[in-house]
Amino acid sequence: MSFRYSARRLRPQGLAVLSSRAQPFVRAPTWQCRGVASTANAEKVLFPGALNSEFTSKLEFLQPSKSKDAISTYRCLNQYGEVIDKKMGADTTDGEALELYKNMVKLSVMDLLMFEAQRQGRLSFYMVSAGEEGIAIGSASALHPSDVIFTQYRESGVYLQRGFTLAQFMNQLFANSSDNGLGRNMPVHYGSKELNIHTISSTLATQIPHAAGAAYALKLQNQGIVGRIGAPASSTDTKEVERVAVCFFGEGAASEGDFHAALNIAATREVPCIFICRNNGYAISTPTSDQYRGDGIASRGAGYGISTLRVDGNDIFAVRHAVKRARELALQDGGRPVLIEAMAYRVGHHSTSDDSFAYRARVEVEDWKRRDNPITRLRKWLEGRGVWDDAKEKELRSGTRKEVLKAFEEAEKAKKPSIKNAFTDVWENITEEQRAHMEEMNDILKRYPKEYDLEGYEGGAKGLEELLVKK
Amino acid sequence: MAARSPALRTLSRSLLRPQSIRPSHPHSRCYSAAAAGARLNVPLEYDSTPLLHHTSKAALANPELPEHVRKGQTKRINLYTAVNEALRHALQTDERVLVFGEDIQFGGVFRCTMNLAADFGTERVFNTPLSEQGLVGFAIGAAAEGLRPVAEVQFADYVFPAFDQIHNEAAKYRYRSGSTGVHCGGLTIRMPCGSVGHGALYHTQSPEALFTHTPGLRVVVPRSPVQAKGLLLASIRTADPVLFMEPKILYRAAVEQVPVDAYELPLDKAEVLKTGKDVTIISYGTPLYTCSAAIAAAEKDFGCSVELIDLRTIYPWDRETVLNSVKKTGRAIVVHESMMNAGVGAEVAATIQEQAFLRLEAPVKRVAGWATHTGLVFEKIIIPDVTRVYDAIKKTIEY
Repeated sequence: MSFRYSARRLRPQGLAVLSSRAQPFVRAPTWQCRGVASTANAEKVLFPGALNSEFTSKLEFLQPSKSKDAISTYRCLNQYGEVIDKKMGADTTDGEALELYKNMVKLSVMDLLMFEAQRQGRLSFYMVSAGEEGIAIGSASALHPSDVIFTQYRESGVYLQRGFTLAQFMNQLFANSSDNGLGRNMPVHYGSKELNIHTISSTLATQIPHAAGAAYALKLQNQGIVGRIGAPASSTDTKEVERVAVCFFGEGAASEGDFHAALNIAATREVPCIFICRNNGYAISTPTSDQYRGDGIASRGAGYGISTLRVDGNDIFAVRHAVKRARELALQDGGRPVLIEAMAYRVGHHSTSDDSFAYRARVEVEDWKRRDNPITRLRKWLEGRGVWDDAKEKELRSGTRKEVLKAFEEAEKAKKPSIKNAFTDVWENITEEQRAHMEEMNDILKRYPKEYDLEGYEGGAKGLEELLVKK
Repeated sequence: MAARSPALRTLSRSLLRPQSIRPSHPHSRCYSAAAAGARLNVPLEYDSTPLLHHTSKAALANPELPEHVRKGQTKRINLYTAVNEALRHALQTDERVLVFGEDIQFGGVFRCTMNLAADFGTERVFNTPLSEQGLVGFAIGAAAEGLRPVAEVQFADYVFPAFDQIHNEAAKYRYRSGSTGVHCGGLTIRMPCGSVGHGALYHTQSPEALFTHTPGLRVVVPRSPVQAKGLLLASIRTADPVLFMEPKILYRAAVEQVPVDAYELPLDKAEVLKTGKDVTIISYGTPLYTCSAAIAAAEKDFGCSVELIDLRTIYPWDRETVLNSVKKTGRAIVVHESMMNAGVGAEVAATIQEQAFLRLEAPVKRVAGWATHTGLVFEKIIIPDVTRVYDAIKKTIEY
């Protein structure tokens, strides 16, 4: 690494010497460090890499924080559903809180049924959000609908809160002809242009630098350097709001190089981006003790020069307060990134391809389910306010169940997308090579019709033809 | 530490300065002197090569140029200046265009972004931290939100940290977004590539073949200033992500008359540089100059006639032009710097074998880098040279 670095610096040096006369005047940005040499008895070092560092004669290594002084976890509701800081309050109306509650229940009911459907072989794959409903739904509710969101895969609640319908979820899960992804992605890889949420990809952490780049695009639009691009905010909004980008990822994904790259470039380009880490204790089977040795993900924020907060992910009000404040901070002074680490426990298995009891005790999971959970905590608050009871709960759950099953059955019955969608959208237009491949495939389909079952696809085995005639 | 004496400083600076770009020898490769008695492997004559437009008339005769450009003026510039002009025009005409990368702001280590930060502001032309995966990922996100970022990777040799972002993200963005229609097609990734005489392992590579194995990407390699300008502008404006690989040895060496006005060149067309009837040579980028020199010698020595094709766009590539030529000549040679196995030559040769089998009178020959790394002092025996292309023509026509 060091050699590579030095090798790369050789050229510019040589070139700079050569053309120093032709050197243009480049406006020095305000953040640029200046390498002013220090005087003999100065208090500060003035090395360009750390301008504010003071001399010390004590040889003392900076030690990582010990357990007793780990970064605090911000909470608003205690486990009994009582608001702790009365002044700050829940900052929500009963009606609004009820909607959040209903969405959390809807998500958990959908998760239970879909997990079961996968076990019956009716879906190829599924991932539940159990224990993390509050993070997704709480943060989505604190954002503006036109804010741009990038997710990892355990944020179905973000889609739900923004208005993704049960039919849309089911269409994607069954990869049918109404699926936004045109049947190309694995289940749970949702995407929606109307809701300003980019389509999920399986590659972990790759979306984190995307969010930084998208936030830069939004910054230029917020500042009017570039005209506004894309769909306007929701129809109820008449005036254009300043927008932020929001990026979700797990604590495991934060070990990827893309996390480092993204937070660093977000800080140097001063982008309005909120990074939300769901720290649920596990990355598949890997506990956090094998993932990192610092104080979680939050402790890294300061290293990048990013405002950071750790929040109780089981407390939807705390999540909302945190994200609302983060949004204000992100838009301050033209833009800057903010990091939120939302603490949670992954109650469910990693996915339907995982049996988590192979690496953690069943009792540990049961304990978490019983002890604390974002849904029951909000329910306690609602009950405390006298707006919720057992009867309503029963009615909500059975009603939701019926709704999910109805959408499920309809989506399951629908046809798969036309097979032309296997080839379209790779490039903007079909290439000559692709056309040749489609012709060859079409010929195979014609001559070996019994080898392919394409009845379930729109247009059946003739799907490619419609693309081939269109020249 | 004691301050260095001025004499020592001057000495160390002159040692650090890469010899190839000394202003006193701008057009020759003085670091690799020809062997005494060499007739084929002599320094390339960029000043007289027929591949470059030495007159304004020749430059404007190109039928691919729009009418108004053909009526306009030309200016003698080198390849980095052509890149700079394309970037300048893109920045001027489209507010969505951004230019960024490592060391971009002061003009770039190869001078391609000279004066752009000063003229367009550091909001649109800026340095990024030293992280290829970061800056390419950042570019993808900006493109997915509708901007047209032109990201630079300082050397093609350092594109690999961004391989995941390019292969799994940029290339698949439109496909996986399905009917939502979201894509990152505004993205262009520029990178200097190819041999430079003394680049050794990590300043020499031509990794284009790795990206021609990825559906969804366009891979472009210009051979001259005229092409660099037209193809880069087309790359920035196309709605597909493009990897634009600039042969760095040509940055200063290739100088020609270039139309002053902006223009685009097609991203899916090869160019027949010289017609012939006995053998077709297919290449792209720097080796075209090697081929041109080898062809001149071979035609003189063997009385043969060689057709030379510049692929220009490596993927998706123009099969039709290549096949039409090979069907006419019956013989083909593919030349590129990167190693032979699974290189671009493999794809071109396989396509010729499939589509022109009955017209072939000799096996398709590949002249490419050997299956090794480019060790510093061994470059001249690893990268295809005039002798090897000359010999390939000889063997192919004598087969």
